[in-house]
Amino acid sequence: MGMIDPANAPPIPPGADQDAILRAVGDEITNRGFVIAKADKLFNWARSGSLWPMTFGLACCAVEMMHSAASRYDMDRYGMLFRPSPRQSDVMIVAGTLTNKMAPALRRVYDQMPEPRWVLSMGSCANGGGYYHYSYAVVRGCDRIVPVDVYVPGCPPTAEALIYGLLQLQKKIRRTATIART
Amino acid sequence: MTDKERMEVIDETTDMVSSLSVIAQHLSEIGEGLFATCGIVSGDLEVRVTPADLIAALTTLRDDRQAAFTQLIDLTAVDYPERQERFDVVYLLLSMTNNMRLRLVVSVGEGQTVPSVTGTFMSANWAEREVWDMFGIFFAGHADLRRLLTDYGFEGHPLRKDFPLTGHVEVRYDDTERRVVNEPVHLTQEFRDFDFLSPWEGMQHEIDAASQKSNADKASE
Repeated sequence: MGMIDPANAPPIPPGADQDAILRAVGDEITNRGFVIAKADKLFNWARSGSLWPMTFGLACCAVEMMHSAASRYDMDRYGMLFRPSPRQSDVMIVAGTLTNKMAPALRRVYDQMPEPRWVLSMGSCANGGGYYHYSYAVVRGCDRIVPVDVYVPGCPPTAEALIYGLLQLQKKIRRTATIART
Repeated sequence: MTDKERMEVIDETTDMVSSLSVIAQHLSEIGEGLFATCGIVSGDLEVRVTPADLIAALTTLRDDRQAAFTQLIDLTAVDYPERQERFDVVYLLLSMTNNMRLRLVVSVGEGQTVPSVTGTFMSANWAEREVWDMFGIFFAGHADLRRLLTDYGFEGHPLRKDFPLTGHVEVRYDDTERRVVNEPVHLTQEFRDFDFLSPWEGMQHEIDAASQKSNADKASE
């Protein structure tokens, strides 16, 4: 079969090759009782495979977020299930216009999230003020309040675009998260 | 549509207009000395009063058996900065029994107070709070006149014409103070107003060319 470098190789499609690899790993577990993997990669696999969003549905983007969790673009198949409490969530999806009055509440909710935590800014209002950029009552981008990892553009972004953004966040987690304390 | 049908349609519209003017006539009778003006303006019933007569006028309009404007639909204000009395407080009333709407307008100046009508119409409660917040018109006798829409500690009345679109001290950050703060507003790009005459402005030469071509075709036939 030859040596495959898992970091650089393309994903192997379902078929004889994939079956062979999976059987080899399964055999190792039955024979020896353990499999060796890098701790970083294992934790990142767990973190990205089970991202629980804390929804901050503020305005119209919240409806597209609901769409992305509904049956057509199911988010649950990626392991993402919405948690109502920031204490139990990994990622905060800021969906909608952030007004000046809401900004301290947003910051407080973000502070209540345990590490590791990420923020996804959804829609043009959360990205940079959007349609209401020149208004007296709007924060020009939620990144003035919380640090953002992924920006999803759109007004609103389609549910598919939000899923794409969440997948990009998963890739970012696999790429950059470490087990070292930040 | 036959002539007969067309005549019936015309009769309906004159009926509607006539019922408006019937009510307008009735209002001018009951509003003797109370309403400053009363009539049909821009196709709507409009009544103008002074602030002193406001509560009496609204009570009359509500309690009168024929007029019966029992619902206050909306309470807003308009700012005309070039006038001496710059604000027009507008009360929109609905009469369900007559299926008719009425607009009552009170003109007030900058520091003047308007009596609160929450005793007459309970729906005026939050509407007056909103007008206070957005325009700065004080309603005397309101039980709880505080801000409704703007941020806590916001200074200014946003819907006045002299309040800028982007506000004054309204940019917010989180910083080493570990909280959200107010700072003077600083825009990276100013608000641009694209004031085109019409979407077809740039297409005029195409329209001219097409019409010339069709004229030439007709001439050559």
